Amino acid sequence: MKLGFHLIPRLSGVVPESCLLIVVGLLVGGLIKVIGEEPPVLDSQLFFLCLLPPIILDAGYFLPIRPFTENVGTILVFAVIGTLWNAFFMGGLLYALCQIESVGLSGVDLLSCLLFGSIVSAVDPVAVLAVFEEIHINELVHILVFGESLLNDAVTVVLYNLFEEFSKVGTVTVLDVFLGVVCFFVVSLGGVLVGAIYGFLAAFTSRFTSHTRVIEPLFVFLYSYMAYLSSEMFHLSGIMALIACGVVMRPYVEANISHKSYTTIKYFLKMWSSVSETLIFIFLGVSTVAGPHAWNWTFVITTVILCLVSRVLGVIGLTFIINKFRIVKLTKKDQFIVAYGGLRGAIAFSLGYLLSNSHQMRNLFLTAIITVIFFTVFVQGMTIRPLVELLAVKRKKESKPSINEEIHTEFLDHLLTGVEGVCGHYGHYHWKEKLNRFNKTYVKRWLIAGENFKEPELIAFYRKMELKQAIMLVESGQLPSALPSTISMQNIQPRAIPRVSKKREEEIRRILRSNLQNNKQKMRSRSYSRHTLFDADEEDNVSEVRLRKTKMEMDRRVSVMERRMSHYLTVPANRESPRPGVRRVRFESDNQVYSADSVPTVHFVQPSPLSTPDAVSLEEEVPKRPSLKADIGEPRGNASDNHQGELDYQRLARCLSDPGPNKDKEEDDPFMSC
Amino acid sequence: MGASQSAGTEHEFQELADRTGFSLEQIGNLNKRFRQLSNNEETLSREDLASIPALDNNPIRAQIINAFFDKRNLHQNEAGTVQEIGFEEFLMVMSHFRPAAMGITEEERENLRREKLQFLFNMHDTDSDGTITLEEYRRVVEELLSKAGMIGQETAKAIADAAMLEVAGTTRGKMEPDEFYEGITFEHFLQILKTFDIETRMHVRFLNMDTATLRCGKSK
Repeated sequence: MKLGFHLIPRLSGVVPESCLLIVVGLLVGGLIKVIGEEPPVLDSQLFFLCLLPPIILDAGYFLPIRPFTENVGTILVFAVIGTLWNAFFMGGLLYALCQIESVGLSGVDLLSCLLFGSIVSAVDPVAVLAVFEEIHINELVHILVFGESLLNDAVTVVLYNLFEEFSKVGTVTVLDVFLGVVCFFVVSLGGVLVGAIYGFLAAFTSRFTSHTRVIEPLFVFLYSYMAYLSSEMFHLSGIMALIACGVVMRPYVEANISHKSYTTIKYFLKMWSSVSETLIFIFLGVSTVAGPHAWNWTFVITTVILCLVSRVLGVIGLTFIINKFRIVKLTKKDQFIVAYGGLRGAIAFSLGYLLSNSHQMRNLFLTAIITVIFFTVFVQGMTIRPLVELLAVKRKKESKPSINEEIHTEFLDHLLTGVEGVCGHYGHYHWKEKLNRFNKTYVKRWLIAGENFKEPELIAFYRKMELKQAIMLVESGQLPSALPSTISMQNIQPRAIPRVSKKREEEIRRILRSNLQNNKQKMRSRSYSRHTLFDADEEDNVSEVRLRKTKMEMDRRVSVMERRMSHYLTVPANRESPRPGVRRVRFESDNQVYSADSVPTVHFVQPSPLSTPDAVSLEEEVPKRPSLKADIGEPRGNASDNHQGELDYQRLARCLSDPGPNKDKEEDDPFMSC
Repeated sequence: MGASQSAGTEHEFQELADRTGFSLEQIGNLNKRFRQLSNNEETLSREDLASIPALDNNPIRAQIINAFFDKRNLHQNEAGTVQEIGFEEFLMVMSHFRPAAMGITEEERENLRREKLQFLFNMHDTDSDGTITLEEYRRVVEELLSKAGMIGQETAKAIADAAMLEVAGTTRGKMEPDEFYEGITFEHFLQILKTFDIETRMHVRFLNMDTATLRCGKSK
């Protein structure tokens, strides 16, 4: 059914997926009721233990760290103070409403109202994710609403438990309120601590899994789930534990695990969270049909209206205060989207369901909650996209990762830290820099296997880009001699053709060999959207056979090129470099047969085609061929060399055992640039 | 500072505030910091900046210090560097890091972008010829990765080359084989960093409170 939804673009343009799922749930529920059976209801246990964790883990693991940490202050203010405001405002006003005689609800006391307020006030991450994913709003607003929905769990848990206890006891003292505040800190910080501990454990474990690659994903899932369960057991905030675990674990685990495990983790998380989300919404629909209802027009309508009003007031008020401390202020449009995006969802429903049956208002509350959820998901969910377009809110920039931007991001970081140092105060960047250094010297040493921990981010990013482009090249399967050329190294470098000394060659070979191990693990792509796992698919499509075939093709064409170009080449006298790859590269620098696609091929420094020691030794053999002299005007000599080169190369290729996806790159940049 | 002196400096500060856009409190604080760094002299030299401990671990420390003494950043249209700067020049360099005010027009925002990007450009273009050549860009990346050891050196060249190719590719499109891409001009620089919202990223929070009394980078 999800497939159908995505295949009908018009439908998905109008109705967010979550709405459709709820409607389906309603239909299914109705159907079951008609048949006469008892429809399955959303069991709260099932929800909290099985359905919710995958979604939260998915969200936490792929949380974009940079925008999150830059805005963490704002997010916390919205999450904590905003939710508190919502809860009390709604609870209070509803209580006032119930006091009015005509409503007929005078039996409802303040605590029950406050309890209801606390259940219904929390913005729901599932609903937010489902709706916001499709509107591609700009990063700032997205992270604000999303971060808030994740972090307000602590507040919700505390308030809910507090009010539940109080309403049983019946009276409240100042001491209780104070304890409540303490409880809040314990719950949230405790949850984060538990999550962080499990995160470090997972990272530490992953350091040793180089021999058992198959179970690596299992560790990730296991530790995260244990973090969730442990914190739920102690009545701490499970969601915050899960987020903390994912966030802490990710950089170290990704440096350690194999590329295939990383893909597995990514796919599994997306799959589970997708399934969970679908199930949640369907169950919501079914439960609506099934559950006992007590309808009271005034109460329900007031609840819905109050929800909206309190949200808007809260956002405006808080933004006013926050903007005094922010440098990049939140505009009115941003505020509107933040307020409008405060959707309620299944968590509220499950919490309501958890209310013990002794609560006399339970059914009424449930009905009201369901109405609020329906309203927010349907009305707000459906209208948010046209509103976003109408208000011309800034959308997410769909830009490819550019290496220039990456360089400048890092450059800017250091620059700003330096300027802060000159100014003399310990600002944002200073602490970030300190954390990075601490991370590098102590933490990474323990948690990352091998030599990888010394690698700076820029290099990792660059390798990732290289790999991606190489794979694209192999995918396209053809050599760019067919396409018109654009820019190559020749265009940006001064004329000198590089001359390679033996010592240099050795150096380079050593570096390439050591870098090959690093390269295999360096696949990363940032994706936190449910439906688009970009770039993940190409890696798996690269098969050995295709690679070899491409290599053969490349060789053949290169030798053709060589023969043609040999007469206007200035080849250095002692051409010792025997590897066909090297020769190829040098010729490339003098005729740009490569198109824009091939631009990256010129820069494959690290990956060497040989992964086994035997292959390496074979390569060493090749230089010993004595007759490697190519002079200008000796085309025949060249041809024979080429032929030799090809033969050798084919021999090499056949000897290779497990090439892996990054095998075809044989060009070396250092040769060209010296 | 004596009473008479402070009256005179108040007036100066007001002038400076108008010219550079800082508030009076911020100028006061920056002045205190300036005095602290320069050991109460009138001008600041490179050694004064070099002795800040907070800059020790910064990989692009030399470039940052140079930027303060670069004439192009001091609104003088000549190339070259000065040996010492006064407080006004200090403020001029710092003003590049002011955040964008709320509610500025599109044109002002564009100007702000250009100014900040010009500052970055000047940092890369060390020989002041108006273009960033391959060598200069390589040096930039090498400095960035200078703490990474041997591996960093080799990759730095590759990264710089890839970046240069990217610039050439985006700005020039197709090029004949014997054409030579001289270097990144400022216009090209603007173009490749188009999606980089520098006006919101390149800023430092200038506090309105007294920073000199906090324990900061300068050792006594």
